[in-house]
Amino acid sequence: MSGGITNILLVGVGGQGILLASEILSETFMLAGFDVKKSEIHGMSQRGGSVVSHVRYGKEVFSPIVPEGQGDILFGFELMETSRYLSLLKPGGTVVANDLRIASPSILMGKESYPEGLVEGIREQFPDFLLVDGHKLASEAGNARAANTVLLGAVSKRLDIDEKFWLEALQKMVPPKALEINRKAFLMGRSL
Amino acid sequence: MKEILSGNEAIARGAYEAGCRVACAYPGTPSTEILENTINYKEINSSWAPNEKVALEVAIGASFGGGRALCTMKHVGVNVAADPLFTLSYTGVNGGLVLVTADDPEMHSSQNEQDNRNYAKFAKVPMLEPSDSEECLQFTRLAFELSEQYDTPVMLRTTTRISHSKSVVELAEPVTGLPQPQLVRNAAKLVMLPGNARVRHPLVEERMSKLAEAGASMAINRLELRDTSIGIITSGACYQYVREVFPEASTLKLGMVHPLPQTLIRDFASRVERLFVVEELDPFIEDQVKAMGLAITGKEILPICGELTPERIQKAFAAAGIQGAIVASSSTAEPAKLPPRPPNMCPGCPHRGVFYTLNQLKAYVTGDIGCYTLGFMPPLSAMDTCVCMGASVGMATGVTKVVSSEEQKKVVAVIGDSTFLHTGINGLMDMVYNQSPATLIILDNRITAMTGRQDNPASGFTLMDDPTHRVDLPLLCKAVGVQHIRLIDPFDLEQTRKVIQEEMNRPEPSVIITDKPCVLIKREGVFEKGIVLEVDEEGCVGCRACLKIGCPAIEWRPGEGQRGKAYIEPLLCTGCDVCRQLCKFNAIGRSK
Repeated sequence: MSGGITNILLVGVGGQGILLASEILSETFMLAGFDVKKSEIHGMSQRGGSVVSHVRYGKEVFSPIVPEGQGDILFGFELMETSRYLSLLKPGGTVVANDLRIASPSILMGKESYPEGLVEGIREQFPDFLLVDGHKLASEAGNARAANTVLLGAVSKRLDIDEKFWLEALQKMVPPKALEINRKAFLMGRSL
Repeated sequence: MKEILSGNEAIARGAYEAGCRVACAYPGTPSTEILENTINYKEINSSWAPNEKVALEVAIGASFGGGRALCTMKHVGVNVAADPLFTLSYTGVNGGLVLVTADDPEMHSSQNEQDNRNYAKFAKVPMLEPSDSEECLQFTRLAFELSEQYDTPVMLRTTTRISHSKSVVELAEPVTGLPQPQLVRNAAKLVMLPGNARVRHPLVEERMSKLAEAGASMAINRLELRDTSIGIITSGACYQYVREVFPEASTLKLGMVHPLPQTLIRDFASRVERLFVVEELDPFIEDQVKAMGLAITGKEILPICGELTPERIQKAFAAAGIQGAIVASSSTAEPAKLPPRPPNMCPGCPHRGVFYTLNQLKAYVTGDIGCYTLGFMPPLSAMDTCVCMGASVGMATGVTKVVSSEEQKKVVAVIGDSTFLHTGINGLMDMVYNQSPATLIILDNRITAMTGRQDNPASGFTLMDDPTHRVDLPLLCKAVGVQHIRLIDPFDLEQTRKVIQEEMNRPEPSVIITDKPCVLIKREGVFEKGIVLEVDEEGCVGCRACLKIGCPAIEWRPGEGQRGKAYIEPLLCTGCDVCRQLCKFNAIGRSK
């Protein structure tokens, strides 16, 4: 944490639900009594582009953007995008990432191949790295699509916020029919 | 009650709390979500207009009728709406009128990064600039009040970073006791014939002087004295960056960026040792402060292009040798060499077959603003020009006026349904009137897709999701005078190629209209997911023909020691069938 502010970055591919995850995070922090700001760029990113969302909380937050090299936690939804934004993290920062690979256009066309050794590369630079098989755990919770909530649970474990605020935010932001599965997925992630 | 809102959501809330009656817009990033949120308040009549000029004219009508009105657009939209805006400044308002311009420094999704503070000065209209969501709400309320108090439209300027960032906002109850809208006749004020307008112009100048004077005591222009060795004048998102990077410096935070409160600026300048301005894009404040005879440092050290960030500000000050910034810890992470991830047309997008064909026919394609601008991206690579909304049609006419008759056959304009109705229709009138031999393809996917699926006069639904009359595009083109109008199914490549080729060869104006909807339309029954396709591994010879359409559902899988094969991801495939028609070996078929 720098200046009493915690900086979280959520990265991945447009369409992966990064927006919703960052809204649940922000809601949790507000419920826990903090000032919160979040920022992301969307528009073009809705068409499968690279997405990064910034969430900051603390007593008083000014800029909605995390200064480069000052991120406390990088929350990755896809491996290549997780690697792309590592430079936003502070030295010794934490990485929580989903074990998922999504090909980009040049890879789809066979002009480049999906990079190898990403997991090792991340671990080498940031030893505090949790790789989560979100898909498998979410399937166990009842729906593979809840992978993001598993990851959210894993991130929650690394922040000093009472569990009740997380569950209250989930209740507020997740549609009622999906709530039970998401609760389960969240708690599975939190136990990692 | 506290909520976390984006700047756009907070502006919608502010309009509601201010008793706004009418909200009108053409969608444009980053302004779009304002009207998508005013629809949550049943007191506000919210609607999409075919373009920003019409949107403002609707708002003007509501204001003249005595209702408070909100009009929103992205920065380039003000170029379209500039005509009524400059005269609205003369007539003034009846009910308060607020015009939001959402600027896009860094061009996250725009074709230029114009600084619309210049419009406020040029059109002689006051402009407020909020620096977070809480201020978006408060300033919107204040803008309506100032509009009525000073009898002027008020511009509210946001930037992408304000529109799309979220922060904590305190909600309040809506105002009560506003006068009931009614017809009031006042031709001397509202009919801008030269005789009347000449009387109004001095009143406009007088109003701006009064506002500049009043600005000194407006609470939104805030003097924050801390360490006085550095004094920074700033506004909007930059204020937050300055507070982050220079927590100890004194600041003059301007909530009203036009007209500038000169007395307050002089007061601030006299209290600090060295004066700076931190502002995005143009030296708008800087030039005016310099004209006041004060020494100020701004664009000598800060970039004029692109968005500012805390790091960019910190680095600029450090490079100029100015102390006082909090220095960021630098990252130890190596910048990774990774394949880029640009945006792409969706799987099943009806534009893909058209652009594939245009590429095959080596057409010279004048493009326009929308999802189909992505037709520029490889492997489709079928767009040669793109300037602004509606320009594709006129550009095609222009090109045909100068090239040889053989090259004229290559010229094809592409435009979406929404963009065609925005301002493309005017270009088509000219194309017919002046008998250009170019071909226009209207890519009718029945929605304004790029900004996030907004309805338009050709979609058959309003912003409130009520069914309404749908513009008959072929009949409209016929009314304009087009003699050759062809409808095509863009998923049928053979028909698409045949018709486009025939119309390109025709030495007369012609229009081709595609008739498949956007895959993202959520309305029931509009888009039905077809049978998923799959690659027969035995039949695939690895020729890569199917990769030429750039569909995100098709992936090249290199083989181990043998030729690679194509693979279709069943979760992404919509069954549009375009790739199946490209496979000469019949290796793509319906999934069993």
